[in-house]
Amino acid sequence: MSVTAILINGIAIVALSIAFIKDKEKTIQSLKIAGKSFIRILPLVLVIILVIGLLLGFTPPDQISRFAGEQSGLWGVLLVGAVGALMHIPSLLAFPLAASLLENGAGVGVVAAFITTLTMVGIATLPLEIRELGKSIALLRNSISFVIAIIIALIMGAIL
Amino acid sequence: MSEQEKINKNMKEKQGIIRDLIILGVISIVTLTLLYIFPDKKEPVLSTSWNFFIEMMLILPAVMVMLGLFAVWVPKDIVVRYLGKTSGVKGIFLAIILGTLPTGPLYIAFPIASALLKKGAKISNIVVFLSAWACIKVPQEMVELQFLGVRFMLSRLSLTIIFVVIMGIFIEKVLGWKEVTENGC
Repeated sequence: MSVTAILINGIAIVALSIAFIKDKEKTIQSLKIAGKSFIRILPLVLVIILVIGLLLGFTPPDQISRFAGEQSGLWGVLLVGAVGALMHIPSLLAFPLAASLLENGAGVGVVAAFITTLTMVGIATLPLEIRELGKSIALLRNSISFVIAIIIALIMGAIL
Repeated sequence: MSEQEKINKNMKEKQGIIRDLIILGVISIVTLTLLYIFPDKKEPVLSTSWNFFIEMMLILPAVMVMLGLFAVWVPKDIVVRYLGKTSGVKGIFLAIILGTLPTGPLYIAFPIASALLKKGAKISNIVVFLSAWACIKVPQEMVELQFLGVRFMLSRLSLTIIFVVIMGIFIEKVLGWKEVTENGC
């Protein structure tokens, strides 16, 4: 077990214990929500895990690094960033996917672009955002977020 | 929430589960077929999937427990209550903190942001809040830490906070100019 996994489980156990001492009822309610969310996300976890297996098993690393490696430069970042903006998957699942790409030759910048556009830009939810917040805010927020994601990706690619 | 809304929400959830199961079925069939055609790929594909599955299962229950705790202990109206009337540096700081706490996907945050807008909260606060909600969640950062490491996680987190604040202020200025020109001043 990695240090990170131990740390995360430790934090969860401490938080749960404090919650339990403070309010038993509320804690049981939280655990019910946790259980439900876990079961709810499980099918997609399995999907992502199979996709990662196939992706890494069938695509040779040099293929991945040609499209998304460091040398793919700005175009790689823009392309993968656009994919992230269009995709609509829970961000929790984006991290294992990103890690698998990184292990197999994708550049740091490209992976950062993918995660950042996936979380911050939502083409799929844009109609809803326009309805709730109006055209100007929604369109400005999404387009500037995309630009920001690309800038963050380029900086990350340069410093890491 | 009215009865009708509850029924709608339940139906949507059921549809979502069915959709996920269909996707899982399709991807399972694709995987089985591919592995049947290319038996030599069986080992690398299955061992990669298995390793990622283990890594995921080591942290996912803990992450879900954190999500559950936040969902029960941090009421959603806390955001509207605090962010509606705070401005300046304090407002932006509060927007980041409040954005990281509650849980759920971004589309849950839109109605909250809309309520803030109607209450007259600053646009910079609303934009920063939405962005923080989207990408600086505590449980989410834990998963990022697990899979991508501390250097990657911290650099992306700090860069995101810096640029999100700049974006919030910028959007507020742009909308401010627009209002001024539309009023003919």
